[in-house]
Amino acid sequence: MSAPPRTATEAVEAIRAGQLSARELWLACQAAATDDELNAFTWVADADDGPNEEAAALPFAGIPLAVKDLFCTEGIPSQAGSRILRDYRPPYTATVVRQLLDAGASLLAKTNQDEFAMGSSNENSAYGAVLNPHDRGRVPGGSSGGSAAAVAAGIVPWALGTDTGGSIRQPAALCGIVGLKPTYGACSRYGMIAFASSLDQAGPLTRSVADAALLFSKMVGRDPCDSTSLAFPEAIELPRSERLDGLRFGVPDELTGEGVETGVRAAFEASVALVEQLGASVERCQLPHAPHALAAYYLIAPAECSSNLARFDGVRYGLRVDSQDGSLEEMYSRTRAEGFGAEVKRRVMLGTYALSSGYYDAYYGRAQRVRTKIAEDFRAAFERFDFILTPTSPTAAFELGARTSDPLAMYLSDFCTVPMSLAGIPAISIPNGASGGLPVGLQVVGPAFSEPRLLDAAHALELAHADRVKTIALPSPLRFEGNENGAAGARE
Amino acid sequence: MLDRDQVLHVARLARLELTHDEVERMSRELSAVLDHIETISELDLESVAPTSHVIEIANALRADEPRPSLSREVALAGAPAVAEEGFEVPTPGS
Amino acid sequence: MNLQPTIGLEIHVQLDTRTKMFCACELSFGEPPNTRTCPVCLGLPGALPVLNAQSIHFGLMIGHALGCELAPQSIFHRKNYFYPDLPKGFQISQYDAPLCRGGSLGDVRIDRVHLEEDAAKLNHVGVSGRIHGAGSSIVDFNRGGTPLVEVVTEPDLHDAEEARVWLALLAATMRQLGVSDVRMAEGSLRCDANVSLAPAGSGELGVKTELKNMNSFSFVKRGIEAEIARQRALLESGAEVVQQTLHFDPRSGNLTSLRSKEEAHDYRYFPEPDLVPIAIDEEMVQRAREAVGELPATRIARYEHLGLSAEHAHQFAFRPALGSFFEAVLSAADGASPRELATWTAHVAAALGERDPDASALEPAALAALVALVGAGRVAAGPARTVVLARLLSQGGDPARIVEQEGVGALDDDAGLADAVAAAIAEHPDAAERLRAGNAKAIGPIVGHVMRATKGRADGGEVTRLVHERLGL
Ligand SMILES: [Zn+2]
Repeated sequence: MSAPPRTATEAVEAIRAGQLSARELWLACQAAATDDELNAFTWVADADDGPNEEAAALPFAGIPLAVKDLFCTEGIPSQAGSRILRDYRPPYTATVVRQLLDAGASLLAKTNQDEFAMGSSNENSAYGAVLNPHDRGRVPGGSSGGSAAAVAAGIVPWALGTDTGGSIRQPAALCGIVGLKPTYGACSRYGMIAFASSLDQAGPLTRSVADAALLFSKMVGRDPCDSTSLAFPEAIELPRSERLDGLRFGVPDELTGEGVETGVRAAFEASVALVEQLGASVERCQLPHAPHALAAYYLIAPAECSSNLARFDGVRYGLRVDSQDGSLEEMYSRTRAEGFGAEVKRRVMLGTYALSSGYYDAYYGRAQRVRTKIAEDFRAAFERFDFILTPTSPTAAFELGARTSDPLAMYLSDFCTVPMSLAGIPAISIPNGASGGLPVGLQVVGPAFSEPRLLDAAHALELAHADRVKTIALPSPLRFEGNENGAAGARE
Repeated sequence: MLDRDQVLHVARLARLELTHDEVERMSRELSAVLDHIETISELDLESVAPTSHVIEIANALRADEPRPSLSREVALAGAPAVAEEGFEVPTPGS
Repeated sequence: MNLQPTIGLEIHVQLDTRTKMFCACELSFGEPPNTRTCPVCLGLPGALPVLNAQSIHFGLMIGHALGCELAPQSIFHRKNYFYPDLPKGFQISQYDAPLCRGGSLGDVRIDRVHLEEDAAKLNHVGVSGRIHGAGSSIVDFNRGGTPLVEVVTEPDLHDAEEARVWLALLAATMRQLGVSDVRMAEGSLRCDANVSLAPAGSGELGVKTELKNMNSFSFVKRGIEAEIARQRALLESGAEVVQQTLHFDPRSGNLTSLRSKEEAHDYRYFPEPDLVPIAIDEEMVQRAREAVGELPATRIARYEHLGLSAEHAHQFAFRPALGSFFEAVLSAADGASPRELATWTAHVAAALGERDPDASALEPAALAALVALVGAGRVAAGPARTVVLARLLSQGGDPARIVEQEGVGALDDDAGLADAVAAAIAEHPDAAERLRAGNAKAIGPIVGHVMRATKGRADGGEVTRLVHERLGL
């Protein structure tokens, strides 16, 4: 093996071609994960637990996969980044993880995340902050920060994340990789420790659009254990488009104006020009209710989370803090006070308040109506356009600690990603060059269940972006036998 | 916007013990967030239906066929306190 | 002051599905604790509910049986509160979009019928070492997630006995539908009652209190009686009734206020995002309609129309096994009056006590044949019941043969009966004289004598006729 494969797709091909064994790749990734200095992992498999010979015949050929901590994995810690679930080992495995393992992925590691997926910087993890591989003084984004950092650093070929208001796309953008948030219902949520049930979706974090399509192709499907899942209406093929001829792109004023930092805006404008060069038309458009999306999101998500997190009560699993007076009430409130971090408490409080007697109509009820309007805005836009383009995040990666004391500023990180979550539609973030030496993401958005077209368009853009993206590529940390003298550089 | 008493009431509903400092901070931070959220009160949403599900599915029913349950050992494996084949808790109201 | 009580009931009934409401665990009937659980009904992180189709089918059957309007679209809500028997910190229930609305049973109107999941069982075990000094309890999740139907009535009941009878009708209806076997002692039917008193004819309702969790028909009656008495005493002394939730202790007969230390309940209901709406289609409605057989209320009306006494009509309608036996006797009988057959079926019930006729050796056709023998005067009613029926119940067989074997056949006039009558008149000359003088009651000793002499085989009517004939009356 001269150079490590750059993507999962290449790794599968190399194993098929006999140039690399699944075992070699496993050992290299396992060693890199063990040596990780980014705090990207909360659990790493033993070197001995790698793929067996038969795995090579499966679609994923035994290549390693990292999985966000909040996916339940039988007998393996699944802590959702929370102290309240320290060393919790579930008796079952999440459907999506099961499907990927059945397709021949090998579970290498669980990745660090913001506690219960609440956060945009990965600083809300009970297991410590994750560092951005491009600048260790900066955040990787969140909440799937560990997955994004691990993939960007080259430790694993790909990883599984979840996205509730941007938790795949934003860290993908801040780490310079690809992140897909699928249509709500495309992938089962069974076994995903819930944050906000009506918004949560699993999705891939990868180093190429083709990898995202490959991983996604085995994630989709109706799950009898998830009432809100649907059969995907078509097979997911590997994207091949190199052009965007005849496609219509809309650029919404509301998500590309104020608040987008200069470097991000410049990168965005460059990509708009690129889209036109590839044969597509680009027009400005309106999503009139998008500016209200964040407000609606920060009512709906906390409300659902306040209810979803009520099960962490010190009775059946996880942390319990005994009461001093022997009362049940005190056991509950002390367990939850010690088990939850500040951001989780904030959102549980906010959500409890939004649902409480006398406030439901003004807050939760209203937010659900705003949600209707946001979905209508997108439907109207997709009558005129095939796709919508926005920056993924209004800023590049910020410094650790920069926003921890200002929740509202942190929430604004999700400004460009939350509207699609509320509408339940798919969106992909792809690398879009750099701003001040830090990666920047481009978000491409399509109507519900348009993933095959969305991935195709993203693939064409990825090809066209290749030169700009190269500038942020990191060296691979993987070491193979016969290649002992140091990390191989990126292939290019 | 959200005063001390309201914070304590909500914390009680949510079964969260808050320190004195946390009560102050929560009051301040949640008020700031709620200020931002207030922007949706400007919208005219009178005739708009609320959205609970973004996708239109109905029923998703399961046939009434039993599947094996967990063994008690597995069910109790993660419990912080176990007694007499069950999950032990302080008696409510005592 | 003439105070009239007004009572509304809320009844929870466990449905007899095979599996729980939102997971595939089998329902538990006394299995060892915590052996019927899974990630869903333990509320494990990441687990999701999936609705049992049969619970909807049963809900629709109940709705249909009670004449409710079946909602084309209904949804589940989360009712949020903390309690150890509630693994998720919320109960999945229905709130403002229930499965069924309206309807009635008997003359009590139904407000709504909805579905929800049952809580787990919490057993107090006393002082534990771990939690110093305080009591400790054990949670068993076997029952958690059992499907429940909640039936809420309008306040159409006005006394405790009426409430008890109506609840029995509802229970019989559930049992007959086959949606629940309603074992009250095991808590499969639990009843709350809202009780208020107001001056009769005022057209107003007084302040109501809620009696929680009564699990037998007689407790319901006694609890309501006690609460009516309590409220009456308050109001008559000029005091006011305070709105509260009460617990009735059937042992002491005491009512205690469930004053919780908790803040007023704030359940923070919101639509359950993990479940999708239930959209009732024509096929589901049709299937439920077909599954609903004849209901007790309909049966009572039909039996009364056949000429049965109200008592027998209720008895057979509420005990489906008895009702079916009666129907079988009716169809086996040739021309006998249904009222007569019902009387004999009631004799069977009296003889068997709690046991159903199916559990005895008696065939419906044999009972019909026995009734026919009595009707034809071949055996007198007395020995038919005490001798023949008793043997049929224990051993079965042909009634005519039993009559013969036991020697209890009726005596006819040209044989010994005329002699027996003559002998009886001779034995009671005073009675004969008074009878001649027009005192009809005087016949008693003469007939009694004949009965004793014939060991009850004689037909009473025939004896009377012969006495009159002999005395030239
Ligand atoms: Zn279960």
